[in-house]
Amino acid sequence: MTEKGSQSSNPAVEVLRAWSANAIEEVIEFRGETTLVVPRKVLVAVAERCKNDEKLQFNLLTDATCVDRFPLEPRFELQYHLVSIPKKNKLRLRVRVSGDDPVVDSLVPVWPGANWLEREIFDLMGIRFAGHPDLRRILLPEDWEGHPLRRDFPVEGYRDIPAIATRYTRSRP
Amino acid sequence: MSTAPVSTTTVETAIGSAKTMVLNMGPQHPSTHGVLRILLELDGETVVKAVPDLGYLHTGIEKSCEDKTYSQAITLTDRMDYLNPLGNNLVYCLAVEKLLGLEVPKRAQYIRVLMVELQRISSHLVWLGTHAIDLGAMSVFLYCFREREEILKIFEFVAGQRMMTSYIRIGGLALEPPTGWVQRVEKFLAMMPSRIDEYENLLTGNRIWMGRTKGIGVISAEDAVALSMTGPTLRAAGLLYDNRKMFPYSSYEEFDFEVPTRTDSDCFGRYMLRVAEMRESLKIIKQALGKITPEGPIRSEAPGIVPPGREKMKTEMEALIYHFKIFTEGFAPPPGEAFVTVESPRGELGCFVASDGSPKPLRVHFRSPSYINLQALPKLIEGQILSDVIACIGTIDIVLGDVDR
Repeated sequence: MTEKGSQSSNPAVEVLRAWSANAIEEVIEFRGETTLVVPRKVLVAVAERCKNDEKLQFNLLTDATCVDRFPLEPRFELQYHLVSIPKKNKLRLRVRVSGDDPVVDSLVPVWPGANWLEREIFDLMGIRFAGHPDLRRILLPEDWEGHPLRRDFPVEGYRDIPAIATRYTRSRP
Repeated sequence: MSTAPVSTTTVETAIGSAKTMVLNMGPQHPSTHGVLRILLELDGETVVKAVPDLGYLHTGIEKSCEDKTYSQAITLTDRMDYLNPLGNNLVYCLAVEKLLGLEVPKRAQYIRVLMVELQRISSHLVWLGTHAIDLGAMSVFLYCFREREEILKIFEFVAGQRMMTSYIRIGGLALEPPTGWVQRVEKFLAMMPSRIDEYENLLTGNRIWMGRTKGIGVISAEDAVALSMTGPTLRAAGLLYDNRKMFPYSSYEEFDFEVPTRTDSDCFGRYMLRVAEMRESLKIIKQALGKITPEGPIRSEAPGIVPPGREKMKTEMEALIYHFKIFTEGFAPPPGEAFVTVESPRGELGCFVASDGSPKPLRVHFRSPSYINLQALPKLIEGQILSDVIACIGTIDIVLGDVDR
């Protein structure tokens, strides 16, 4: 169902292609949504271009999330959803990351709102963001082992009772 | 939910240098609207630094969705933002419908709009009541909950449930609304405008209320959009961004309504904006009632995806087979991704669904407005005094179920 390399009506494709030949790896059009697959190395540059270009003005980073396609490689797909309020336009940037080296440059310098979004991805998916100002777990306890939204993490977890409860029962005779 | 790096420092004040103090606000604090913990570094009564700590209500809904079929996951969405369950149903169903390329009958779309707008009013009523009680106006809470009860009674009448309705389903609605529901909504519409006037009488010109909210928690439009804030908080900063107008869904383009904006961007401005939004929602509900025909389909015709009607299932062989298959193995959308955003009472609520062609979603992600708006809390409260922290938490309108998911 995914039409690859087809003509896109989104102005971002033309602008980014004119700006740099290797900014876009692939254009995917599916159900009226435009996805640009961007090489990992140029993500921050592309994001800056999307935000600052006069014709695009993607001023709102509305969402960032990650899909784990385990056991395929590269298993992680980061999805950044951009909105341009002045131009009434939407765009998705996608970066593919391998499981051996899950590091991506942080987008906090471009959109400060990326801060908690990236912390959530780090917490639940285990992607590290280079240059993030405060990369700590946000939803799970800091002593949690593993990253539960990965596909190889069982839904029921590895432990049936939390460690703190075990500690409590052990101390009683 | 990890220990945040807050340490006491020495700060220079007007009367010499002083040590700051760290105050642990929450997670069990009545004005944090749930289990939110904020580490506040205080210099006297002034907040020097604030670090929110969350995750106490994390239930792994996104992970659970991956283990359920597409239809089963609807009941989980109710439980995220428990003041806006119908909105959560709607965004999830719209995302799956987009993935499937499924069209929903107009009548079902209008009923969806009507229900979601009722939900918006009920959510704003809870917000107004709890925000007012936090700031010391006890009686407003009682009045707001009185009217919210009327809305919940309509939900119970139409969907069978007061709160966790799961009324909006993939391809349409769960049930045909019962006879007489239109009259109940009309009765509510006739009552509500004067009730909103009552709240305004109690609060708008009230000197204590103005003292507690005017000029508190100001954020500029540039800062708000940079921090990805959406909803009333962004619109009170003067930026018109509403998904119902900008990227219409569920036939919102056919409705005539205004999206109020303000420029004062303080707690008072956000209060006035939400009150104005309630009045606009009433307008939308009135128009929806005019559009909903007494008869007509509430579900699209999509064998294998949308369950057949009871009568059909009992009399037709194919319908019975489809019914059995939908409820045992589910249905498989084509591989791909869909991201849908709707305007929830709190801001932009988004749902991202990725399919790998199997009957269970590969990934479901919710862009919850409370979580992302909460990120701006330190920006709002740093430099303010401790009592304004409560006003600022209230004004963002967070629901902890939505924050932690």
